Amino acid sequence: METHQHPEDKYYFITDEERCKGCGLCIEFCPKDCLGFSDEINEKGWRVAKMHRMKDCIKCYMCERMCPDFAIFVNEDESAEKAET
Amino acid sequence: MAEKSKEIDKSSIIKRPPMDLKHPQETLLRKKAIPTIYCPGCGIGTTIHAFLEALTKYSKIPQDQIFVVSGIGCTGRASGYINLDGFHAIHGRAIPFASGVDIAKPSLKPIVISGDGDLFSIGLGHLAHAARRNTDMTVICINNAIYGLTGGQDAPTTPVGAKTRSTPYGKISFPFNLSHITIANGATFCARYTVYEFVQLSKAIGRAINHQGFSFIEVISNCHVNFGRRNDLGDSIAMRQMFKKARVRMKEEDIGFDLHKTDIEYEIGKGFTKIPTGVFLNEKDEPEEFSERITHAYEFKK
Ligand SMILES: Cc1ncc(C[n+]2csc(CCOP(=O)(O)OP(=O)(O)O)c2C)c(N)n1
Ligand code: SF4
Ligand code: SF4
Ligand code: SF4
Ligand SMILES: [Mg+2]
Repeated sequence: METHQHPEDKYYFITDEERCKGCGLCIEFCPKDCLGFSDEINEKGWRVAKMHRMKDCIKCYMCERMCPDFAIFVNEDESAEKAET
Repeated sequence: MAEKSKEIDKSSIIKRPPMDLKHPQETLLRKKAIPTIYCPGCGIGTTIHAFLEALTKYSKIPQDQIFVVSGIGCTGRASGYINLDGFHAIHGRAIPFASGVDIAKPSLKPIVISGDGDLFSIGLGHLAHAARRNTDMTVICINNAIYGLTGGQDAPTTPVGAKTRSTPYGKISFPFNLSHITIANGATFCARYTVYEFVQLSKAIGRAINHQGFSFIEVISNCHVNFGRRNDLGDSIAMRQMFKKARVRMKEEDIGFDLHKTDIEYEIGKGFTKIPTGVFLNEKDEPEEFSERITHAYEFKK
Protein backbone atom coordinates (compact mmCIF):
# COMPACT_ATOMS: atom_id res chain seq x y z
CA MET A 1 0.00 0.00 0.00
CA GLU A 2 1.28 3.44 -0.89
CA THR A 3 -0.17 6.43 0.90
CA HIS A 4 -0.08 10.03 -0.28
CA GLN A 5 -1.09 13.08 1.69
CA HIS A 6 -2.47 16.15 -0.03
CA PRO A 7 -0.13 19.11 0.65
CA GLU A 8 -2.93 21.53 1.59
CA ASP A 9 -6.12 19.65 2.36
CA LYS A 10 -5.63 16.96 4.94
CA TYR A 11 -6.77 13.85 3.18
CA TYR A 12 -5.07 10.66 2.15
CA PHE A 13 -4.90 8.76 -1.08
CA ILE A 14 -4.12 5.04 -1.06
CA THR A 15 -3.26 2.55 -3.82
CA ASP A 16 -3.21 -1.15 -2.97
CA GLU A 17 -0.69 -2.97 -5.18
CA GLU A 18 -1.91 -6.40 -4.11
CA ARG A 19 -5.43 -5.76 -5.42
CA CYS A 20 -4.73 -3.72 -8.55
CA LYS A 21 -5.13 -5.51 -11.89
CA GLY A 22 -3.74 -2.73 -14.05
CA CYS A 23 -6.90 -2.14 -16.08
CA GLY A 24 -6.15 1.59 -16.29
CA LEU A 25 -9.75 2.74 -15.72
CA CYS A 26 -8.74 5.04 -12.86
CA ILE A 27 -5.97 6.60 -14.96
CA GLU A 28 -8.28 7.18 -17.94
CA PHE A 29 -11.18 8.69 -16.01
CA CYS A 30 -9.28 10.94 -13.55
CA PRO A 31 -10.37 14.46 -14.62
CA LYS A 32 -7.06 16.00 -13.43
CA ASP A 33 -4.70 13.42 -14.96
CA CYS A 34 -3.11 12.70 -11.58
CA LEU A 35 -2.58 8.98 -12.00
CA GLY A 36 -0.29 6.79 -14.08
CA PHE A 37 1.16 3.32 -14.35
CA SER A 38 4.19 2.58 -12.22
CA ASP A 39 7.19 0.46 -13.23
CA GLU A 40 6.26 -1.94 -10.49
CA ILE A 41 4.73 -5.33 -11.33
CA ASN A 42 2.77 -7.02 -8.58
CA GLU A 43 2.72 -10.65 -7.46
CA LYS A 44 0.01 -11.58 -9.97
CA GLY A 45 1.93 -9.99 -12.85
CA TRP A 46 -0.09 -6.81 -13.38
CA ARG A 47 1.46 -3.38 -13.90
CA VAL A 48 -0.07 -1.35 -11.09
CA ALA A 49 -1.55 2.16 -11.07
CA LYS A 50 0.01 4.80 -8.81
CA MET A 51 -0.58 8.40 -7.79
CA HIS A 52 1.83 10.61 -9.73
CA ARG A 53 0.71 14.18 -9.00
CA MET A 54 -1.09 14.40 -5.67
CA LYS A 55 -1.12 18.20 -5.62
CA ASP A 56 -3.49 18.22 -8.63
CA CYS A 57 -6.01 15.89 -6.99
CA ILE A 58 -9.43 17.45 -6.30
CA LYS A 59 -10.90 14.58 -4.25
CA CYS A 60 -13.66 13.83 -6.75
CA TYR A 61 -13.69 10.07 -6.00
CA MET A 62 -13.90 9.20 -9.72
CA CYS A 63 -10.91 6.81 -9.53
CA GLU A 64 -12.29 5.08 -6.44
CA ARG A 65 -15.68 4.59 -8.09
CA MET A 66 -14.35 3.42 -11.45
CA CYS A 67 -12.06 0.77 -9.92
CA PRO A 68 -13.65 -2.69 -10.10
CA ASP A 69 -11.17 -4.13 -7.62
CA PHE A 70 -11.34 -1.83 -4.57
CA ALA A 71 -7.64 -1.07 -5.09
CA ILE A 72 -7.63 2.74 -5.03
CA PHE A 73 -9.35 5.02 -2.53
CA VAL A 74 -9.47 8.33 -0.75
CA ASN A 75 -9.70 8.61 3.03
CA GLU A 76 -10.61 11.76 4.89
CA ASP A 77 -9.15 12.48 8.27
CA GLU A 78 -12.32 13.23 10.19
CA SER A 79 -10.52 13.98 13.44
CA ALA A 80 -8.43 16.68 11.74
CA GLU A 81 -11.58 18.35 10.41
CA LYS A 82 -13.15 18.30 13.85
CA ALA A 83 -10.04 19.81 15.42
CA GLU A 84 -10.14 22.71 12.94
CA THR A 85 -13.73 23.71 13.70
CA MET B 1 -1.25 18.57 -21.77
CA ALA B 2 1.87 20.46 -20.73
CA GLU B 3 4.93 18.30 -20.35
CA LYS B 4 5.74 19.64 -16.93
CA SER B 5 2.58 18.17 -15.46
CA LYS B 6 3.65 14.70 -16.64
CA GLU B 7 6.45 14.59 -14.08
CA ILE B 8 6.09 12.11 -11.26
CA ASP B 9 5.97 13.78 -7.88
CA LYS B 10 6.84 11.45 -5.03
CA SER B 11 7.10 14.10 -2.32
CA SER B 12 3.53 13.50 -1.15
CA ILE B 13 4.21 9.89 -0.10
CA ILE B 14 3.98 9.36 3.64
CA LYS B 15 5.34 6.29 5.37
CA ARG B 16 3.40 6.35 8.61
CA PRO B 17 -0.19 7.61 8.19
CA PRO B 18 -1.60 9.07 11.41
CA MET B 19 -4.74 6.95 11.20
CA ASP B 20 -5.96 3.56 10.11
CA LEU B 21 -6.60 3.83 6.37
CA LYS B 22 -9.02 1.48 4.68
CA HIS B 23 -11.43 1.30 1.75
CA PRO B 24 -14.84 2.80 2.67
CA GLN B 25 -16.50 -0.53 1.80
CA GLU B 26 -13.82 -2.69 3.47
CA THR B 27 -16.06 -4.17 6.19
CA LEU B 28 -18.55 -5.39 3.55
CA LEU B 29 -15.90 -7.29 1.59
CA ARG B 30 -14.80 -10.88 2.18
CA LYS B 31 -11.11 -10.12 2.26
CA LYS B 32 -10.00 -13.72 1.74
CA ALA B 33 -11.83 -13.89 -1.59
CA ILE B 34 -10.25 -10.68 -2.96
CA PRO B 35 -8.81 -10.08 -5.57
CA THR B 36 -11.85 -11.33 -7.47
CA ILE B 37 -11.59 -13.82 -10.34
CA TYR B 38 -12.91 -11.16 -12.73
CA CYS B 39 -10.87 -10.03 -15.72
CA PRO B 40 -9.16 -6.63 -15.24
CA GLY B 41 -11.65 -3.83 -15.81
CA CYS B 42 -14.80 -5.98 -15.71
CA GLY B 43 -17.98 -4.03 -14.93
CA ILE B 44 -19.20 -6.60 -12.42
CA GLY B 45 -16.67 -5.36 -9.83
CA THR B 46 -17.86 -1.79 -10.33
CA THR B 47 -21.48 -2.89 -9.88
CA ILE B 48 -20.68 -4.75 -6.64
CA HIS B 49 -18.95 -1.54 -5.50
CA ALA B 50 -22.06 0.52 -6.37
CA PHE B 51 -24.26 -1.93 -4.46
CA LEU B 52 -22.05 -1.74 -1.35
CA GLU B 53 -22.06 2.07 -1.53
CA ALA B 54 -25.86 1.98 -1.79
CA LEU B 55 -25.99 -0.17 1.36
CA THR B 56 -23.79 2.16 3.37
CA LYS B 57 -25.11 5.49 2.03
CA TYR B 58 -28.67 5.25 0.71
CA SER B 59 -30.43 2.18 2.07
CA LYS B 60 -32.65 2.46 5.15
CA ILE B 61 -32.59 -1.28 5.83
CA PRO B 62 -30.09 -2.48 8.48
CA GLN B 63 -27.26 -4.52 6.99
CA ASP B 64 -28.06 -7.61 9.06
CA GLN B 65 -31.46 -7.78 7.34
CA ILE B 66 -29.98 -7.94 3.84
CA PHE B 67 -29.67 -11.37 2.21
CA VAL B 68 -27.68 -11.61 -1.03
CA VAL B 69 -28.60 -14.38 -3.48
CA SER B 70 -26.85 -14.98 -6.78
CA GLY B 71 -27.10 -17.55 -9.55
CA ILE B 72 -24.39 -18.98 -11.82
CA GLY B 73 -22.11 -16.98 -14.09
CA CYS B 74 -19.32 -14.47 -13.62
CA THR B 75 -21.94 -12.23 -11.98
CA GLY B 76 -23.13 -15.17 -9.92
CA ARG B 77 -19.92 -15.13 -7.93
CA ALA B 78 -20.91 -11.74 -6.43
CA SER B 79 -22.49 -13.22 -3.28
CA GLY B 80 -19.13 -14.81 -2.43
CA TYR B 81 -17.33 -11.45 -2.31
CA ILE B 82 -19.87 -9.67 -0.11
CA ASN B 83 -19.53 -10.10 3.64
CA LEU B 84 -23.27 -10.46 4.35
CA ASP B 85 -25.62 -13.41 4.67
CA GLY B 86 -26.12 -14.96 1.28
CA PHE B 87 -26.43 -17.97 -0.96
CA HIS B 88 -24.91 -18.99 -4.28
CA ALA B 89 -27.88 -20.73 -5.89
CA ILE B 90 -27.93 -23.11 -8.88
CA HIS B 91 -28.25 -21.83 -12.45
CA GLY B 92 -31.40 -19.76 -13.01
CA ARG B 93 -32.80 -20.42 -9.53
CA ALA B 94 -31.69 -17.37 -7.58
CA ILE B 95 -35.23 -15.89 -7.64
CA PRO B 96 -37.08 -18.95 -6.27
CA PHE B 97 -34.53 -19.08 -3.46
CA ALA B 98 -34.99 -15.37 -2.72
CA SER B 99 -38.80 -15.79 -2.78
CA GLY B 100 -38.44 -18.54 -0.19
CA VAL B 101 -36.33 -16.29 2.02
CA ASP B 102 -38.90 -13.50 1.79
CA ILE B 103 -41.90 -15.74 2.55
CA ALA B 104 -40.27 -17.66 5.41
CA LYS B 105 -38.77 -14.55 7.03
CA PRO B 106 -40.44 -11.34 5.79
CA SER B 107 -38.11 -9.22 7.96
CA LEU B 108 -35.22 -10.09 5.60
CA LYS B 109 -34.74 -8.24 2.33
CA PRO B 110 -33.43 -10.57 -0.38
CA ILE B 111 -31.20 -8.98 -3.02
CA VAL B 112 -30.60 -10.99 -6.18
CA ILE B 113 -27.41 -10.14 -8.10
CA SER B 114 -27.12 -12.17 -11.27
CA GLY B 115 -26.40 -12.14 -14.97
CA ASP B 116 -28.59 -11.64 -18.03
CA GLY B 117 -28.17 -15.30 -18.99
CA ASP B 118 -29.00 -16.59 -15.54
CA LEU B 119 -32.08 -14.41 -15.00
CA PHE B 120 -33.46 -14.13 -18.54
CA SER B 121 -32.77 -17.40 -20.30
CA ILE B 122 -32.82 -20.36 -17.91
CA GLY B 123 -34.45 -18.28 -15.13
CA LEU B 124 -36.96 -16.21 -17.14
CA GLY B 125 -40.03 -18.09 -15.89
CA HIS B 126 -39.12 -17.50 -12.27
CA LEU B 127 -38.45 -13.81 -12.83
CA ALA B 128 -41.81 -13.26 -14.57
CA HIS B 129 -43.76 -14.87 -11.73
CA ALA B 130 -41.88 -13.14 -8.91
CA ALA B 131 -42.62 -9.82 -10.66
CA ARG B 132 -46.28 -10.79 -11.12
CA ARG B 133 -46.66 -11.60 -7.40
CA ASN B 134 -44.79 -8.41 -6.43
CA THR B 135 -42.56 -10.38 -4.09
CA ASP B 136 -40.53 -8.06 -1.85
CA MET B 137 -37.04 -8.30 -3.35
CA THR B 138 -34.51 -6.30 -5.32
CA VAL B 139 -33.12 -7.86 -8.49
CA ILE B 140 -29.86 -6.40 -9.84
CA CYS B 141 -29.26 -7.85 -13.30
CA ILE B 142 -25.86 -7.30 -14.88
CA ASN B 143 -26.51 -7.16 -18.61
CA ASN B 144 -23.24 -7.70 -20.48
CA ALA B 145 -25.05 -9.05 -23.59
CA ILE B 146 -23.21 -12.38 -23.37
CA TYR B 147 -22.67 -15.59 -21.37
CA GLY B 148 -19.37 -14.47 -19.88
CA LEU B 149 -18.32 -17.36 -17.67
CA THR B 150 -18.76 -20.14 -20.21
CA GLY B 151 -16.68 -18.45 -22.91
CA GLY B 152 -18.94 -16.01 -24.75
CA GLN B 153 -21.99 -17.79 -26.18
CA ASP B 154 -24.90 -15.59 -27.26
CA ALA B 155 -27.36 -14.58 -24.54
CA PRO B 156 -31.00 -13.47 -25.02
CA THR B 157 -29.66 -9.90 -24.77
CA THR B 158 -27.04 -10.18 -27.54
CA PRO B 159 -27.89 -7.57 -30.23
CA VAL B 160 -28.60 -8.44 -33.86
CA GLY B 161 -25.37 -8.71 -35.86
CA ALA B 162 -23.07 -9.22 -32.87
CA LYS B 163 -20.49 -11.97 -33.17
CA THR B 164 -20.19 -14.45 -30.34
CA ARG B 165 -18.67 -17.88 -29.93
CA SER B 166 -21.98 -19.48 -30.93
CA THR B 167 -22.93 -16.91 -33.61
CA PRO B 168 -19.64 -16.52 -35.56
CA TYR B 169 -21.38 -14.87 -38.58
CA GLY B 170 -23.41 -12.45 -36.47
CA LYS B 171 -26.55 -12.99 -34.45
CA ILE B 172 -29.78 -13.15 -36.45
CA SER B 173 -32.51 -13.23 -33.78
CA PHE B 174 -33.79 -10.21 -31.83
CA PRO B 175 -32.66 -9.41 -28.27
CA PHE B 176 -34.80 -8.93 -25.17
CA ASN B 177 -35.27 -5.51 -23.61
CA LEU B 178 -34.93 -6.60 -19.98
CA SER B 179 -36.53 -3.52 -18.39
CA HIS B 180 -39.50 -3.80 -20.78
CA ILE B 181 -40.10 -7.46 -19.92
CA THR B 182 -39.87 -6.88 -16.19
CA ILE B 183 -42.25 -3.89 -16.20
CA ALA B 184 -44.69 -5.78 -18.43
CA ASN B 185 -44.74 -8.65 -15.93
CA GLY B 186 -45.66 -6.44 -12.97
CA ALA B 187 -42.50 -5.08 -11.33
CA THR B 188 -43.23 -1.93 -9.30
CA PHE B 189 -39.79 -0.27 -9.54
CA CYS B 190 -37.44 -0.40 -12.52
CA ALA B 191 -34.26 1.49 -13.44
CA ARG B 192 -31.42 1.06 -15.91
CA TYR B 193 -27.91 2.54 -15.72
CA THR B 194 -24.56 1.80 -17.31
CA VAL B 195 -21.48 1.05 -15.19
CA TYR B 196 -20.14 4.46 -16.23
CA GLU B 197 -22.91 6.23 -14.26
CA PHE B 198 -21.72 5.03 -10.85
CA VAL B 199 -23.39 7.60 -8.59
CA GLN B 200 -26.78 7.42 -10.29
CA LEU B 201 -26.58 3.63 -10.29
CA SER B 202 -25.75 3.53 -6.60
CA LYS B 203 -28.59 5.92 -5.72
CA ALA B 204 -31.05 3.90 -7.82
CA ILE B 205 -29.99 0.69 -6.07
CA GLY B 206 -30.59 2.46 -2.74
CA ARG B 207 -34.10 3.47 -3.85
CA ALA B 208 -34.79 -0.04 -5.07
CA ILE B 209 -33.76 -1.54 -1.72
CA ASN B 210 -36.03 0.90 0.15
CA HIS B 211 -38.93 0.11 -2.19
CA GLN B 212 -41.52 -2.38 -0.87
CA GLY B 213 -42.22 -4.96 -3.54
CA PHE B 214 -40.46 -6.22 -6.65
CA SER B 215 -37.75 -3.78 -7.75
CA PHE B 216 -35.49 -4.28 -10.75
CA ILE B 217 -32.17 -2.66 -11.69
CA GLU B 218 -30.62 -3.36 -15.09
CA VAL B 219 -26.89 -2.59 -15.21
CA ILE B 220 -25.33 -2.31 -18.68
CA SER B 221 -21.84 -3.69 -18.12
CA ASN B 222 -18.71 -4.35 -20.15
CA CYS B 223 -17.58 -7.89 -20.90
CA HIS B 224 -14.71 -6.67 -23.06
CA VAL B 225 -13.08 -10.09 -22.97
CA ASN B 226 -15.86 -12.17 -24.48
CA PHE B 227 -18.17 -9.60 -26.09
CA GLY B 228 -15.93 -6.60 -26.83
CA ARG B 229 -13.05 -8.59 -28.28
CA ARG B 230 -15.15 -10.44 -30.88
CA ASN B 231 -16.94 -7.26 -31.96
CA ASP B 232 -13.94 -4.89 -32.16
CA LEU B 233 -15.17 -2.77 -29.26
CA GLY B 234 -11.77 -2.52 -27.57
CA ASP B 235 -10.87 -2.90 -23.92
CA SER B 236 -12.77 -1.96 -20.77
CA ILE B 237 -11.78 1.72 -21.15
CA ALA B 238 -13.07 1.89 -24.74
CA MET B 239 -16.31 0.15 -23.80
CA ARG B 240 -16.95 2.54 -20.90
CA GLN B 241 -16.25 5.51 -23.20
CA MET B 242 -18.83 3.97 -25.55
CA PHE B 243 -21.38 3.80 -22.69
CA LYS B 244 -20.61 7.41 -21.82
CA LYS B 245 -21.46 8.47 -25.39
CA ALA B 246 -24.46 6.19 -25.89
CA ARG B 247 -26.42 6.84 -22.69
CA VAL B 248 -29.57 8.95 -23.04
CA ARG B 249 -31.34 10.00 -19.86
CA MET B 250 -35.07 9.17 -19.81
CA LYS B 251 -37.72 9.89 -17.23
CA GLU B 252 -40.93 8.04 -16.42
CA GLU B 253 -42.95 10.82 -18.12
CA ASP B 254 -40.93 10.55 -21.35
CA ILE B 255 -41.72 6.87 -21.68
CA GLY B 256 -45.42 6.70 -20.82
CA PHE B 257 -46.92 3.46 -22.10
CA ASP B 258 -44.51 3.04 -24.99
CA LEU B 259 -41.80 0.89 -23.44
CA HIS B 260 -40.15 0.49 -26.85
CA LYS B 261 -38.69 3.94 -26.22
CA THR B 262 -36.29 2.20 -23.82
CA ASP B 263 -34.91 -0.13 -26.53
CA ILE B 264 -31.13 -0.29 -26.80
CA GLU B 265 -29.62 0.37 -30.25
CA TYR B 266 -26.56 -1.39 -31.62
CA GLU B 267 -24.64 -1.01 -34.87
CA ILE B 268 -22.21 -3.55 -36.26
CA GLY B 269 -18.65 -2.22 -35.94
CA LYS B 270 -19.70 0.76 -33.80
CA GLY B 271 -21.19 -1.02 -30.83
CA PHE B 272 -23.97 0.45 -28.69
CA THR B 273 -25.19 3.73 -30.16
CA LYS B 274 -28.14 4.42 -27.86
CA ILE B 275 -28.71 3.23 -24.29
CA PRO B 276 -31.71 4.88 -22.60
CA THR B 277 -30.98 5.08 -18.85
CA GLY B 278 -32.82 6.36 -15.82
CA VAL B 279 -35.63 5.36 -13.48
CA PHE B 280 -38.29 3.92 -15.81
CA LEU B 281 -40.97 3.08 -13.26
CA ASN B 282 -41.65 3.91 -9.63
CA GLU B 283 -45.17 2.95 -8.61
CA LYS B 284 -46.21 5.02 -5.65
CA ASP B 285 -49.59 3.41 -5.01
CA GLU B 286 -47.83 0.11 -5.04
CA PRO B 287 -49.87 -3.08 -4.62
CA GLU B 288 -49.13 -4.95 -1.39
CA GLU B 289 -46.09 -7.15 -1.59
CA PHE B 290 -46.52 -10.92 -1.54
CA SER B 291 -45.50 -11.88 2.02
CA GLU B 292 -47.91 -9.27 3.43
CA ARG B 293 -50.75 -10.73 1.35
CA ILE B 294 -49.92 -14.17 2.71
CA THR B 295 -50.07 -12.86 6.29
CA HIS B 296 -53.46 -11.18 5.62
CA ALA B 297 -54.89 -14.30 4.01
CA TYR B 298 -53.75 -16.37 6.98
CA GLU B 299 -55.29 -13.99 9.53
CA PHE B 300 -58.53 -13.88 7.53
CA LYS B 301 -58.80 -17.67 7.67
CA LYS B 302 -58.39 -17.68 11.45
C1 LIG C 1 -28.15 -26.15 -15.51
C2 LIG C 1 -26.96 -25.48 -16.10
N1 LIG C 1 -26.94 -25.21 -17.44
C3 LIG C 1 -25.89 -24.58 -17.99
C4 LIG C 1 -24.82 -24.18 -17.22
C5 LIG C 1 -23.64 -23.47 -17.86
N2 LIG C 1 -23.61 -22.06 -17.57
C6 LIG C 1 -22.88 -21.57 -16.57
S1 LIG C 1 -22.92 -19.89 -16.45
C7 LIG C 1 -23.94 -19.80 -17.81
C8 LIG C 1 -24.43 -18.50 -18.36
C9 LIG C 1 -24.06 -17.31 -17.55
O1 LIG C 1 -24.41 -16.15 -18.21
P1 LIG C 1 -24.78 -14.84 -17.43
O2 LIG C 1 -25.86 -15.16 -16.43
O3 LIG C 1 -25.07 -13.78 -18.42
O4 LIG C 1 -23.50 -14.51 -16.55
P2 LIG C 1 -22.18 -13.71 -16.92
O5 LIG C 1 -21.10 -14.73 -16.88
O6 LIG C 1 -22.34 -13.07 -18.25
O7 LIG C 1 -22.03 -12.72 -15.82
C10 LIG C 1 -24.23 -21.07 -18.32
C11 LIG C 1 -25.07 -21.31 -19.49
C12 LIG C 1 -24.87 -24.46 -15.83
N3 LIG C 1 -23.88 -24.08 -14.99
N4 LIG C 1 -25.94 -25.11 -15.30
S1 SF4 D 1 -9.93 11.73 -6.53
FE1 SF4 D 1 -10.39 12.55 -8.58
S2 SF4 D 1 -8.74 14.01 -9.00
FE2 SF4 D 1 -8.05 12.73 -7.29
S3 SF4 D 1 -6.90 11.06 -8.28
FE3 SF4 D 1 -9.00 10.32 -8.02
S4 SF4 D 1 -10.01 10.80 -9.96
FE4 SF4 D 1 -8.11 12.03 -9.88
S1 SF4 E 1 -8.97 0.96 -11.72
FE1 SF4 E 1 -8.25 -0.23 -9.94
S2 SF4 E 1 -7.54 -2.18 -10.77
FE2 SF4 E 1 -7.70 -0.74 -12.51
S3 SF4 E 1 -5.64 0.16 -12.69
FE3 SF4 E 1 -6.82 1.54 -11.36
S4 SF4 E 1 -6.39 0.81 -9.24
FE4 SF4 E 1 -5.74 -0.81 -10.65
S1 SF4 F 1 -15.53 -13.01 -18.88
FE1 SF4 F 1 -16.53 -11.02 -19.17
S2 SF4 F 1 -18.07 -10.90 -17.54
FE2 SF4 F 1 -16.63 -12.55 -16.98
S3 SF4 F 1 -15.08 -11.56 -15.66
FE3 SF4 F 1 -14.30 -11.50 -17.75
S4 SF4 F 1 -14.97 -9.50 -18.58
FE4 SF4 F 1 -16.21 -9.93 -16.75
MG1 LIG G 1 -24.05 -12.13 -19.03
